[in-house]
Order: sequence, then structure tokens, then C-alpha cells
Amino acid sequence: MRDVSRIEAAAVQPGRGEVLHRLGLEPADVATPRLEDLLVRSAALFARVAAPAAVFEWVTREDFATIYEGDGENAPASPLDEIFPRADALALFAVTLGSAIDQAIRDLFDRGDSALGYVLDVSASYAADRLADLTAERFLASLRRSVSGGIRRVLPYSPGYCGWHVSGQRALFESLRPDDIKVALTASCLMDPLKSVSGVFVAGRGTVHRFRPTYPFCDACTTQQCRVRLATVK
Amino acid sequence: METLNHLSRLLQEGDDSGVDALTREAIASGIPAEDILRALLAGMAVVGERFKEHEIFLPDVLLAARAMHAAMGHIKPLLIAQGVPGGTKVVIGTVSGDLHDIGKNLVGIMLQGAGFEVLDLGSDVPPERFVDTAVAAGAPVIALSALLTTTMVRMREVVDMLAQRGLRGRILTIVGGAPVTETFAREIGADAYAFDATSAAARVRALLPVA
Repeated sequence: MRDVSRIEAAAVQPGRGEVLHRLGLEPADVATPRLEDLLVRSAALFARVAAPAAVFEWVTREDFATIYEGDGENAPASPLDEIFPRADALALFAVTLGSAIDQAIRDLFDRGDSALGYVLDVSASYAADRLADLTAERFLASLRRSVSGGIRRVLPYSPGYCGWHVSGQRALFESLRPDDIKVALTASCLMDPLKSVSGVFVAGRGTVHRFRPTYPFCDACTTQQCRVRLATVK
Repeated sequence: METLNHLSRLLQEGDDSGVDALTREAIASGIPAEDILRALLAGMAVVGERFKEHEIFLPDVLLAARAMHAAMGHIKPLLIAQGVPGGTKVVIGTVSGDLHDIGKNLVGIMLQGAGFEVLDLGSDVPPERFVDTAVAAGAPVIALSALLTTTMVRMREVVDMLAQRGLRGRILTIVGGAPVTETFAREIGADAYAFDATSAAARVRALLPVA
């Protein structure tokens, strides 16, 4: 099953608090009037130029095993190695905010308005993640319509993180072919437009997603984002 | 003196139109461009310190940088005409195959705020362009950015090219970007590594002989 969707920019647009959080401000911090002005202008620009689109396609565990193997550059062991064989269902996905927002950010930096460019960039990064989450929910809804059982949770996993080498994008794109939402892959495995996210949705009971973050690459990880995700699965 | 202090304060507040107007006023009243520049750099130093201490946030720094940019538009031609030497040149760019440039832009802004003259080559820059530009401009530092593990390996090509042309030691390299680590920097023979934009200017300064 393949699902392509266009989403309203408002559905993924971060609120003031979310942008401030990504900018490093805590709720108790006071934003200056100039920063408030940037937030307002960035939000208006986002609403004008963001064009969110998403695609996902169901994939079997066997087919995903081949895709995951990719060019053979993954870490010898990784969380996804443990997780995907336990999954009830899998889907490859790609989401994008479109090329106009990339261009808008670039233009702002080019003309010296780096502050606004940066706030828009931060907002767009948040929105791309949110779009992936919304698309995961859409995948979950499609599963609940067609599969019985206790699928409670879908989480996205992407090449370039947690031992899945970024070159894995090649096999993923060859299989998913997200031309319908206009996302392409460069020779260096970079997605164009930049504000795009791709990977695999893993569906199953919450416990499917559990792993111990003690792989060799975990030491060098600067985000430790997995700990936040792990805290959300039961 | 009061004008220069005021100018520095406006810059710290990120008031670009205020800085723009006061810079023009200062020039018209005969304050030397070099003194104006000194006040602006002092203001940026305060901004940098406050950011380091988490008193202000990156957009505040960028607003101050925008104000600095507005002032430089007026005083740069005067500095050049007076033969005042510019800041030390740093060639910066995102390596070949990589189109990410936000991090690189932030580093460039931080370097400018610290008084360096930044030659920004943009993104997807081939190795020879980094080296040729540094040689032609007399820049002692090349700053390389990459956001992907597939592109960070291109940093080595720039370091190797400098070695092949006998420029190692004369032109120094600093590397950074999300997947780049201190260990990787050492492995490829880069002269320095910066974890983030904030530390980049200090790292570049530490590379250079004390004036």
C-alpha cells in the first residue's frame, strides 16, 4: 500500500513556544521584543512558503532487511537490527516541506538577514520532524483499518542515525522512489529539498522499540534523542 | 566617546537601523573609521561573552551581527581608503557534495564579529577552490564545514591538497559540522576542530601567531 498526502502548512507549523525551545530558551526566559518580532515574521514566511508533502509505502520485513543492508556500511550492530525483526509492520517513508522554504532561508542569509533566516531554519527543522510524526500517525491509522492486533506505536528511524549508515538512503530511495513528492537524492546521499526526512516507520507494541543505548556509537552521539523516545514507549 | 559607547550599546541590542544611523552620524562628525570599528568589535565581544554565558540566544547574536553588517557598509570603504589593514582572512565553505550551509554561515558570522575577514565560498565547494582562494587572497586559514558522513571525508582532500602544494603549516585548516569530531580532525590532519559556531572564532584565533 502506498499513500501520498499533501498537508496544510498550519498542521506542522511550530508554535511560538516550540520555536523558542528549539532556540534554547526555557519557559522562564524572556524573549526580547526583537526576537518576538523575528518569531512573528518567521511564522508568516513559513505559512507562505512551506508546502508539506509525504509518502509512505508498506514494506515486508524481508524486503526491508535487504534495504537496510544497503551498501553494507552500517555499524556491525544497531538498534534497528534488533527492532525491525520484532515489528508488526513496516513502511518506508519520505516527507518534505518543499524547495521554496530552502530557497527562502538561503535568500535571507544571502541578504544579511541571518537572524530571520536562522529562526525560519529552526522552525522548518521542527516542522519536518512534526511532518514525519504526522505521517507516522497516518500509517498507524492505515494499519488499524487493515490489521488486527495490538499495534500501538509507530516510530520513525532514519539513515544517518544510530548505526544505519547514511548511504542506506540509496537503497531506500531506489525502493520508495518519492518522485511524487519531489524529493531527490544527491550522489552524496543528501536529500533535496534539505528540509526533508526519510526512513522507515516501525509499527508494533511499545516494547518493540526498546533497546539499550550502549552501542559503540552512542558515546559519540550529541543528541541522545533516543532516550526521549524510549521514555515514550511502554 | 559617548557616541561610540552608544553605538556599541545599540549593536548589543541588535538595533540595526539605530547602528546604521549613528554610524553615519559618527562619520559625519569626524570620528575616525578605525575608532568606530573598534567600538563595534567591542560591542560584538560583549555579545559573544553574553551568549557564551547563556544570557542571550543565537538570534540575538545574529541581530547584533546584522547591525554590525549595516555599520560596516559605511566604514569599510573608509578603512580601505585610509589603508587600514583588514582583519585576518579566513576562507570558509561547505565541502564538495554537501549543500548544508546554515552552520557554515553561523561560523562565518561569528568570525566576522570577532574581526576576521571572511571569504565565504558557499556550499558544494571543490577542494581546489578552497586552496586557490586562500592562496590568491593570502588567507592563512581555511574553515571547512560538512553535515554528512558521506561528505566529511572530502575535508581530507583539502588537507591533502595543501600538503601536495607544500602549503601545510602556512595555510591552516579548521573543520566542523554535526558528524565531525576532534578524533576525525586529527585523523585527516586538520589543524583544529570546532564543536560549534561559538567556539570557532576562538579556535581560529588560537591557530594564529599572536600579533
